[in-house]
Amino acid sequence: MNRFEYIRPVTVSEAVAAGAAPGSTYLAAGTNLLDLMKGGVTRPVQLVDITRLPGLDRIEHLEDGGVRIGALVRNADLAHDPAFARRFPSIAEALLSGASAQLRNAATAGGNLLQRTRCAYFYDTASACNKRHPGAGCDAIGGDNRLHAILGWSEHCIATHPSDFCVPMTALDAVVEIEGPQGRRAIPLEQFHRLPGDNPERETVLDRGELITAIRLPPEAAAFAPHARYLKVRERTSYAFAVVSAAAALRFEGDVIAEARIALGSVALTPWRPRSAEATLAGARPDAAAFRHAADAALADARPSGDNAFKIELARRIVVRALTLAAAGTPARMPALPASPFAGVMTHA
Amino acid sequence: MPEIALTQAPAHVRMGSSIGQPLTRREGVLKTTGAARYAADHHPPGMAYAALAVSSIARGRVVALDVAAAKDHPGVIAVMTPANAPKLALDPDAKLHPFMFRLDVLQNDKVRYANQPIAVVVADTLEAATEGAALLAPRYETEPARVGLDGHERFAPQAVGAGRPAEESHGDVEAGLASASRRIETVYETPGQYHNAMEPHAIVAAWDGDTLTIDTPSQGMAFAQDRIAGLFGIEPTAVHIRSPFLGGGFGSKGLISGPQILGIMAARLVGRPVKLVLQRAQMYGPVGHRAPTRQTMRLGADDQGRLTALSHHVHTATSAFDDFVEPAATVSHALYASPAIRTSHEAVRIDTGTPLFMRAPGEAPGSAALESAIDEMAHASGMDPLRFRLANYADVEPISGNPFSSKALRQCYEQGAERFGWSRRPLAPRQMRDEAGMLVGWGMGTATFPAIMFEGHARAVLRRDGTGIVELGAHDMGQGAWTALAQIAADSLGLDLGRIEFRSGTSDLPDAGIAGGSAHTATAGMAIHGAGADVIARLADLATGDSRSPLFGAGNAGVIARGGRLFRRDNEAASESYADILSRAGRDVIEGHGSGRVDPAAQAAYAMHAHGAVFAEVKVDPDFGQVRVTRLVGAFAAGTIVNPHMVRSQYLGGMIWGVSFALHEQAVTDRRSGRVMNANLADYHVPVNADVPSIEAILVEERDIHVNALGIKGVGEIGVTGTAGAIANAVWHATGVRVRSFPITLDRLIEP
Amino acid sequence: MSLSITLTINGTTRAVALDDPRITLLDLLRERLDLTGTKKGCDRGQCGACTVLVDGRRVNACLALAISHDGAEILTIEGVAQGDQLHPVQAAFIAHDGFQCGFCTPGQIMSAIGMIAEGQAGSDPERVREAMSGNLCRCGAYLGITEAILDAQHAIETSGRKDAA
Repeated sequence: MNRFEYIRPVTVSEAVAAGAAPGSTYLAAGTNLLDLMKGGVTRPVQLVDITRLPGLDRIEHLEDGGVRIGALVRNADLAHDPAFARRFPSIAEALLSGASAQLRNAATAGGNLLQRTRCAYFYDTASACNKRHPGAGCDAIGGDNRLHAILGWSEHCIATHPSDFCVPMTALDAVVEIEGPQGRRAIPLEQFHRLPGDNPERETVLDRGELITAIRLPPEAAAFAPHARYLKVRERTSYAFAVVSAAAALRFEGDVIAEARIALGSVALTPWRPRSAEATLAGARPDAAAFRHAADAALADARPSGDNAFKIELARRIVVRALTLAAAGTPARMPALPASPFAGVMTHA
Repeated sequence: MPEIALTQAPAHVRMGSSIGQPLTRREGVLKTTGAARYAADHHPPGMAYAALAVSSIARGRVVALDVAAAKDHPGVIAVMTPANAPKLALDPDAKLHPFMFRLDVLQNDKVRYANQPIAVVVADTLEAATEGAALLAPRYETEPARVGLDGHERFAPQAVGAGRPAEESHGDVEAGLASASRRIETVYETPGQYHNAMEPHAIVAAWDGDTLTIDTPSQGMAFAQDRIAGLFGIEPTAVHIRSPFLGGGFGSKGLISGPQILGIMAARLVGRPVKLVLQRAQMYGPVGHRAPTRQTMRLGADDQGRLTALSHHVHTATSAFDDFVEPAATVSHALYASPAIRTSHEAVRIDTGTPLFMRAPGEAPGSAALESAIDEMAHASGMDPLRFRLANYADVEPISGNPFSSKALRQCYEQGAERFGWSRRPLAPRQMRDEAGMLVGWGMGTATFPAIMFEGHARAVLRRDGTGIVELGAHDMGQGAWTALAQIAADSLGLDLGRIEFRSGTSDLPDAGIAGGSAHTATAGMAIHGAGADVIARLADLATGDSRSPLFGAGNAGVIARGGRLFRRDNEAASESYADILSRAGRDVIEGHGSGRVDPAAQAAYAMHAHGAVFAEVKVDPDFGQVRVTRLVGAFAAGTIVNPHMVRSQYLGGMIWGVSFALHEQAVTDRRSGRVMNANLADYHVPVNADVPSIEAILVEERDIHVNALGIKGVGEIGVTGTAGAIANAVWHATGVRVRSFPITLDRLIEP
Repeated sequence: MSLSITLTINGTTRAVALDDPRITLLDLLRERLDLTGTKKGCDRGQCGACTVLVDGRRVNACLALAISHDGAEILTIEGVAQGDQLHPVQAAFIAHDGFQCGFCTPGQIMSAIGMIAEGQAGSDPERVREAMSGNLCRCGAYLGITEAILDAQHAIETSGRKDAA
């Protein structure tokens, strides 16, 4: 880990001023940042510790029925907030399927949005990576890329965004509240992360010094609570990043789907919201054919970026299953293995 | 050297111990309170920190290091490179015996594999040393890396594993195949795997003149002592190794590694004690691994389902500069009866750290392939896999024709199958689903591991107060040696466990042999048994030769030692306490010595193996291919069980390694650079708690009067064997898809 | 550079001078405060061997900068037993052989204590297994770990009821 200056501002405006300095990076829990610093992937000049900023660690259930999640709210606290979990069960399920209990106790909501890709070539500083060194090339292309992107990738970067939390949040129209040197703004989470294009080093729309202060869910998001699931396929039963994941949320009118929300995880450099697939379900009955049709639409533009063609069909199937589970209804209690295909089937002592 | 306390206060130690009792671990309190000191927990006064810089290329040489940048970092004391590294008394590439592996310890600028050490930075703090190493920014002259099993010249190795011939056979395999009514030929692949003990290799080294004291985890202190002494040109007795606790070894700590030597060199360079701990990523190179294999199985069977031929060919890899060839095929000589069996190995040289013994070396990948192939042959024969195995039950060891010293495999099959409910298994695959719609499959595998012994020595002392000391340089890497060996020690002296002091874990004690090959309890145990017997014999001589003793004249009848007293064998009413015997003889102590080693006559006459049967249930998501092992039952027979508690844990741990082998672990090497791209515990998967929902080990009774006087085989590795195959077979039974490439990841199970 | 923070470690509050802002909570405990019971297995939050309780919550000490935890209350494995009296989780780990080499054990025990305090798993072994999946055990002692935790949790609940009565 390189040497750095450490400061701990006590107000957001102080933090933003310090964060705008060249080489400055915000430190919250550090569960991703310290990992990156230890690997030499990131070498910040200054760490601006935001953990003591007042007011950012609150979950505010708003009068209009929405919720504002302070950027410093810990993953575990959010998932276990009874009102939050009741109204946004797929988000709680996604949170509890991520990382480990220890990491969830530390990691923050804002940090979750800003976690970096798990691409091994990004982490390996001896490999060429356009994210680390714009113009250097991408060693993931032609390398081990079994788990890489199938949507939205470019010849400059085929990495994926690893977040679970962001997947249902994107599906439910979350909005990111930002404060920066130029003031405050709010942008939809769906537009927060950037696809790689020609500039994979620009991962989000944040400008220098901008700080996530909160993430907001609109009141409409809670309307999906009875039919909202997150499903995550992994290479071990727990404590693993997704191979592919999906959030599905349905709002019914009678026995017809009035509105569907779908998002996919670990398929692209952003949480992936296939709105065209959602549209196919409006007014449809919740049956296998409709779900398959939606899944086909969701993956219509998918193409392998390497040895990962299997992820395309896998993603289709996960969309179908997530929709099927959502249609069946949110379980009364969080499954023992959140988001797992094996959720709830084991009873062995 | 200060005394090492291996166990907690006697308050916790249960009394009345002897072989066979399920005692809890004697070091349990130390390990659960954080008081057990592992190597990296030491911090002698004046200690500096060393950090390795490792190569990012797999082949070539280092042409530049920014030593100045590292030295400029505050706190950096020294940068050790080939330019200033202490010269060694012995070329680290010299190979004086097959177990002397070549080491990369900064004697030149060559790079032979990725993650090879290329410099060491020593600093006052860990942070400074680590960043100093990062600042070296090496530049290389790079040669193309040789990666993978293909595209390189294959050669027939001189020997495989620990010296077994690369090719062995009996009978005529081609004739057997020609006469078979059914034949299969299948190819199985297993990946490179890394031991990944939870404790990274670590050393704290302190020189005092030409005397060296080190804290380092070792599965073989005497070997390490000799290796270090040779490299530094000092006497082995000048090397004091303390290794009371290992945070896992699994073979990777069997021989001292290059990085540990570098820690000693760094201490010499800076004239201070030095601590060097590998980073997790640095364990994927210089400290050994299991090489990948490609195994071709050719089996023939008659119309009764009896094997007519078995051919097992292994294609594997070793390093470009040293030899260790995974002996994956040899398991095929020990397990199933066949009139003709042929095994062969060939290898390629690639740019990798040298492979090494890794838990069940050979047997783990070999058994995965063999058990899969047997399952495929059973299916081809239309037979239940257990019935097929019983039809090919070997009553003598196939390769030698020797009878087994003991073999309770039938009982393992019976008890395991009964407990698992195997008889309800449908013959055809893809017949079972659970209530959630998951595919369910049942598979089995036979477990086997040779019962071997190394050579070990022990010393026992009986004191005038009737208490005893037993000491030897044994190793406890989690298998429970401190408990099991103490139990043997107590019995050997005829004392309760609370009356003996058991000392171990340092190289200053008699060499107990290497802790590997599942041989440590037998080897060290027999040494202890011999030392205790020696003491008792001397004590008996004192008593039976003394007319004042109630045991006078019992020399011919003999005596029995029990509970701190000697009894006349033919009249137990006549007895005398140890204390009284010693006191009357005016002796403060009696010392005895013992050795453990195999009996060559028994070895020539008998085949010695432990056996077991493993039954697995898996559930597979029909759409996603995600697999979970929902039930594992293993039944094992391994001779005398010294401590059922510890043995059960060894079996369970081994079976979990089988789960890992079947479903999880694999090193992913970039085919261009030769670097392991998942050199971390997030991407190199080993099972987590949720991967093992139901697991059970049955200890099948077995008495072996040939293997050694205590009847001990070995239990550390057998659990790995059989299990990987059982799971692969269960996955096939669940899905109808036969995956012949390990690990069985979900992409291989997704049907388009 | 010297930065001073205050930590309460195993019940004792002390000023800690940090010679470097890079020091993680793990390296502070192990290399500066001689609290070596907490282990470093991966240093990247991938194994759980370094689990300690910070303000009552289990976290990976390797991914926590010490300086950022000024004022925190830390409980490590050394502070769990009351003198010679083992914590029920410690005693249960011994009874169920919930470890072999012992290297992951302090982290497993701290994680288990944190898990019981979280109160989410109840007596469902499947939930315990999931909740403990952030602690790798290469020896494969998972069965004993799960059994130990269920037993200890029961013992704690029972004694809690007794205390309340």
